[in-house]
Amino acid sequence: MMEGPVAELGPAAAEERRRPVRALHLAILAALLAAQFVASPFQRSLLARIMVLGAYAAGYNVLVGYTGLMSLGHAMFFAAGMYATGLLTYYAGAGAAAAFAAGLAAGVVVSIVVGVIALRTSGVAFLIVTLMFAQVFYLTALYFNRITGGDQGLILAGRLAPLRLGSLEVPFTDPAVRYNLALGVFAACFLLTLWLVRSPVGRVLIAVRENEERTRMLGYNTFAYKLVALVVSGGLSGMAGGGYTLLFSYLGASFASVLFSIYPLLWTLLGGAGTTIGPLVGTAVMTYLLDLASGVTDSYLIVVGVALVLIAIRFPAGIMGTIRARWARWLP
Amino acid sequence: MASLTPLLETVALTRTFGGLCAVGAVDFRLHRGEIRAIIGPNGAGKTTLVSMICGRIRPTSGRIVFRGRDITQLPAHARVALGIVYTFQVISVFKRLSIYDNVALPAQRRLMRGLRGRLALRGRAVTERVDAVLGEVGLRGAAGRPAASLPYGHQRLLELAMALALEPEMLVLDEPTQGLASDEIAGLSALLRRIAQEATVLLIEHNMQVVLDLSQRVTVMDGGRIIAEGTPREIEANPEVQRVYLGR
Repeated sequence: MMEGPVAELGPAAAEERRRPVRALHLAILAALLAAQFVASPFQRSLLARIMVLGAYAAGYNVLVGYTGLMSLGHAMFFAAGMYATGLLTYYAGAGAAAAFAAGLAAGVVVSIVVGVIALRTSGVAFLIVTLMFAQVFYLTALYFNRITGGDQGLILAGRLAPLRLGSLEVPFTDPAVRYNLALGVFAACFLLTLWLVRSPVGRVLIAVRENEERTRMLGYNTFAYKLVALVVSGGLSGMAGGGYTLLFSYLGASFASVLFSIYPLLWTLLGGAGTTIGPLVGTAVMTYLLDLASGVTDSYLIVVGVALVLIAIRFPAGIMGTIRARWARWLP
Repeated sequence: MASLTPLLETVALTRTFGGLCAVGAVDFRLHRGEIRAIIGPNGAGKTTLVSMICGRIRPTSGRIVFRGRDITQLPAHARVALGIVYTFQVISVFKRLSIYDNVALPAQRRLMRGLRGRLALRGRAVTERVDAVLGEVGLRGAAGRPAASLPYGHQRLLELAMALALEPEMLVLDEPTQGLASDEIAGLSALLRRIAQEATVLLIEHNMQVVLDLSQRVTVMDGGRIIAEGTPREIEANPEVQRVYLGR
């Protein structure tokens, strides 16, 4: 009947469990933890940025990579977190923890509102609707520039109470504090997405990506699952936005612009959409590329364009997607 | 049998597409435990009728009653939860996913209760269910491979395995033997007969040999209406059916 030898399910499932998925993910976090002891101050600052933006990309990946819904409006969720955290700190003198929680909550609330409307569409229409919502958000942030600081943004320095560790007081912008908090934010997004995509819900999300109509006819309310994916994605993006504001003491409307919706798309596609590790890899590669390019030319955004074209033509699966297809099918 | 409450009943079920009446005021009854075939020429409204029964298409008017409950307004996924399971005319397995995942998806459906069930399941419960269903259709050996690697006939079996994993009360099959070789058709017929011991089976089928061989009753549609219903022998002998469908 079947061509070639085939494994029985029992051993196959057991083999699946032996695969070092959890160990690999923990090893990556451990490597990031260790990197701060060998990296130069400049590298350390760059890595902290990569980790916070990598958290944003990981959130984006839940929707685009695992659920198959292409959004061009994620800057809205990131910026919602940024403004909630930043404005509460700037005007209300909120503590870091409360402000950070508000950033996460803002991402969740905005994604619920947008999702209930935008998820009536799919494909290109979904992309356009999310883009439009994000533009409205961006223009609103500019319009209220007396409060938000508009394009110039607001600087939080001096308004944020320092972190207290016992009798020790350290500011958030202290390099060591910043690095480890960035690691914390990233680790939360990283492990949460790993767990989610391997859960029963994750299996349904992947099925929606592959064939929504079929998934519906297997008894799943696909609208509800897509909404869950969007809210998780928006929540993580908001959390990353809040984290960014705290760690870099800045918020500004440029983070709500369409460019900041394109970036996570680029990072995710470059690293590998629908892989847990891809967003971090993509963010890191792109950040270093931009860093190199900006030393050579002022029009460094051309690197972004070239990268997008190359990915589309040569590596549609991205770095980790290609690795998974060729060598490690077990990667989640 | 006719005096019992039917498992499924449609009342004046109608669907129009623009000016075209695909299904017109169809009263259809199906009893528990039956294997029922729906036959008819292309464009007779067979697929539209079962699509309304499964909730893929909304009726223009009329009612659908399943186990005594009006399900006309119920979305498709909720009908699956009631036990109405549909397999597609065009094979639509998840080609890029493993055979295991293809079956685990419907298998976990019944185990996912409440928030905890959605976020974590006993892996063993799903694995055992997948194992049993793949064994039933004869695909157990291939669980780890992507579905796309299966030959066509085996993808049909996988489609059926996915339906079985949902533990259907009423299994709706849209041309299950389409594109299969004759020995594969024999295997599928035997499998359907086994399935019918636990589930009611409603199938659209063009292959008359399969229809005569499997079904206890046959419904003939033409032009969006039911033109005849009876045992396979009665249908074969019906002059109206011969004129419209069998072309004799």
